[in-house]
Amino acid sequence: MTNSTFILLIVGLPFLSFLLLILSSGSKLTQKVAGQIATLLMAVTFFFAAKLSLNYFASHLTQQTAELLVNYTWLEFGSGLAINMGVLLDSSSSMMLLVVTFISLMVHIFSLGYMHHEERIANYFAFLGLFTFSMLGLILSSNIFQIYIFWELVGVSSFLLIGFYYHKSSAVAAAKKAFIVTRFADLGFLIGILILGYYGESFDFTTLISRLGDVNSPQYKQITMAGFAGIQALSWGLILVFIGGAGKSAMFPLHIWLPDAMEGPTPVSALIHAATMVVAGVFLVARLFPIFTVATAAPLQIITYIGAFSALFAALIACTQTDIKRVLAYSTMSQIGFMMFSLGVIGDNGAGYNASLFHLFTHAFFKSLLFLGAGSIIHYVHSNEMEDMGGLRKKMPLTHISFLIACLAISGIPPFAGFFSKEAILHAAYTSNKMVFFVGIITSFLTAFYMFRLYFTIFWSIPEYPKTNEHGEGTWSMKLPLMVLTLASILVGFIPFSKYVNSNGIPVEGHLEIVFSIGPVLLSIAGILLAAYWFKTANTKPQRLAISMGNAFVWVRNKFYIDQLYLYITKEIVFKYFGKTAAYIDKNLIDGFYLSLAHFTGYFSFFIRGIQSGNVQHYALYFFGGILGLVSLLFYLLSY
Amino acid sequence: MTPVGLPHILFLSSCLFFIGMYGFFTRRNLITILMSLELMLNSVNINFVAFNKYLYPQNLSGIFFTIFIITIAAAEAAVAIAIIINLFRSSNSIDVIDAKEMKH
Amino acid sequence: MEFKDIFFYLIALYILGTALMAVNTRKIFRASIWLLFSLIGVAALYFWLNLEFLAAVQVAVYVGGIVVLIIFSIFLTQKSGNQMAKTETTQTVFSALASLLGLAFLSLVLFQHSFGSDQNQELNASIENIGAQMLNPGEGGFLLPFEAVSMLLLAALVGSIVIAMKVKNKENA
Repeated sequence: MTNSTFILLIVGLPFLSFLLLILSSGSKLTQKVAGQIATLLMAVTFFFAAKLSLNYFASHLTQQTAELLVNYTWLEFGSGLAINMGVLLDSSSSMMLLVVTFISLMVHIFSLGYMHHEERIANYFAFLGLFTFSMLGLILSSNIFQIYIFWELVGVSSFLLIGFYYHKSSAVAAAKKAFIVTRFADLGFLIGILILGYYGESFDFTTLISRLGDVNSPQYKQITMAGFAGIQALSWGLILVFIGGAGKSAMFPLHIWLPDAMEGPTPVSALIHAATMVVAGVFLVARLFPIFTVATAAPLQIITYIGAFSALFAALIACTQTDIKRVLAYSTMSQIGFMMFSLGVIGDNGAGYNASLFHLFTHAFFKSLLFLGAGSIIHYVHSNEMEDMGGLRKKMPLTHISFLIACLAISGIPPFAGFFSKEAILHAAYTSNKMVFFVGIITSFLTAFYMFRLYFTIFWSIPEYPKTNEHGEGTWSMKLPLMVLTLASILVGFIPFSKYVNSNGIPVEGHLEIVFSIGPVLLSIAGILLAAYWFKTANTKPQRLAISMGNAFVWVRNKFYIDQLYLYITKEIVFKYFGKTAAYIDKNLIDGFYLSLAHFTGYFSFFIRGIQSGNVQHYALYFFGGILGLVSLLFYLLSY
Repeated sequence: MTPVGLPHILFLSSCLFFIGMYGFFTRRNLITILMSLELMLNSVNINFVAFNKYLYPQNLSGIFFTIFIITIAAAEAAVAIAIIINLFRSSNSIDVIDAKEMKH
Repeated sequence: MEFKDIFFYLIALYILGTALMAVNTRKIFRASIWLLFSLIGVAALYFWLNLEFLAAVQVAVYVGGIVVLIIFSIFLTQKSGNQMAKTETTQTVFSALASLLGLAFLSLVLFQHSFGSDQNQELNASIENIGAQMLNPGEGGFLLPFEAVSMLLLAALVGSIVIAMKVKNKENA
């Protein structure tokens, strides 16, 4: 089989799963076997994706060139500018292919157990299929316009899955919020695409990079000559594209949708809102990375500072949240902040880029493990709140071990996966931007602290969880993904990642600075110990501390009132002034015009309705009147 | 005053025709509408006869048309009355305003 | 003014007067009688035109046939002595207006047009002539229309029976 057949199967099978399940979701049989069908298709997809991706890495050991596997002109604008539909396979998309299909498969398997009691299980698996299809389309896109299409599709499937429990008004609100916020960001993305496409005279990634990433090309000269509001068009384009990425990746200040998105089913959070979709922004910036590096420093600096700020900001909030999934959501946001600023700082020889994608890779495993573990816990406890948990380590031994390993991995404790990627990021930051580095290690300390706060509150805190649940830890289908992902979280860090995935296609030998790593690791251990001191047993120390911190704690706990600020802006300013004016114009001028048209037609019809009386004699009268008129006209015409 | 000729007779027939028409427009009872129709047919007959007599006395076409029209009028009246009786049987009224539906 | 002309005016007045009564009276039986008078007037006009056979047909078929048929149907459907429903005034006004307008238009055309007349020849409408022509299959003969009309009469006969026939066991059918 050729590679393009692989691609067809990889992208087609999840879509097939979607079509099959959504079209037959009415039948009872489908509801019964939906999960099995979807999981089977996903397993086949994963098999092919793994094969394709490993083939790629095996055949590109020395030089990771991009391969355009499929290319088909879709829309032609003339003068060489066309939108293509294609498949671009390079190191980063191969890596993403592996991650997305693997995590998706794990989530499918986990959902078999987790969702089996749901009524609309066929719809659920159909949406998962749609999401996987769109995400695969996104990562394999050969041009920036195609990525935009799949970007929106991903947003739609995310919307559908967040709002899966549509009978809960909070889930509906969360789905709308996620859709509107990311859609708002995508407006920036679209304008950015148009700017880059206009000046680059192409939408293809390879062409765009070769033109705009080359200081001597005419397109580059043109785009840097043009500008708006004192900023180069190139910077504008890149910043706007980054806004789109920031929306999907929940960067400050567009992060507000991510914590609410946890209203969706937990496996969905693991797949979409932890491992795959939210890193699309990172992936997008990574795709255009060569252009970012030749542009002025502004776009990358914005990315760096927004990433660093989001990392710290989210970590602070995560320390105060009590909903287990929200803690994980903020932790996701914080980790994506890491990836973002790592891209922004560049580092030596693209070290920041490599570290960022490495972290993306490892994070996908341990974060989805954390979410699936959380799902398992929620399944057992039937609550999201941490105060309902405690002492679960004996009741759920497997979940306990896997959760512990995931926590260690995210905290950056060797030899777990997170350690390698996080150290790489911190090292890249250290060599380029000291301030960001300090933010990074503080965040890393906070990460260790809040993750272990979560861990200790759930599994220790009280000696034994009071209730025993008859269904235990869950079925094999829930345990298997946990085990596999635990194994992955331990092992993937040892992959010499930068040899395979790097910014310019030339393998970089990964190196670990043992001396450098001592500091951050010690800080993380300090964070763990602090969490253990406060949360290992039930006590009042945390509460007393919280009270002593006073308003500062309240501020953090309420997420710095960002949501309220948005509400204030939308309700009090946008709705009140712009919305009301627009509504007034719409209601009175536009509607008024059409309504008066309708009224006029109505009156006129009412007037002529009398003619259609149904009375034969009236018709005869009109008939005779018509004849009389016609005959007199005829006579008048004939007499002249 | 000119001696009575074709125009006089034609004027008479048009008067009769429009009287019939007036009845056709204003009467609500189907039988009286039929009567008005007979008046109009008669005015047409007068026309045929008058034209035949004054303009084409060499043949008898007008006379024959009149005879045929009378015959057809008889047939028409018979059929119309059958319909009216049928209508009366189904809707118990032979008012045109009530006769709005073809089927009961 | 000749004597004959006075007769014409009298006949015309009689026809129009009775016709007007026929369309205006509110009692349906009286309307049919007025119609009968009017039709007799038309027969008188045929006499005036020296068309005796036609006048006889008019009396026999119209007066003796159609009007009797009408009177029968009145007996079948109406209660005698009842006044008929009055038409709306607007409809009456518009109908009168339309009729008068049509009459005015037609008279205008009528009196503007000059009819040439062939006074040299006298119309030969004797019964022999009519009978010979009607059954003549050759040139100028009316045998074919005669046969067609007889078919039509048969059809009308059967048709009216079928229409007016009571459907038995309507519920069972």
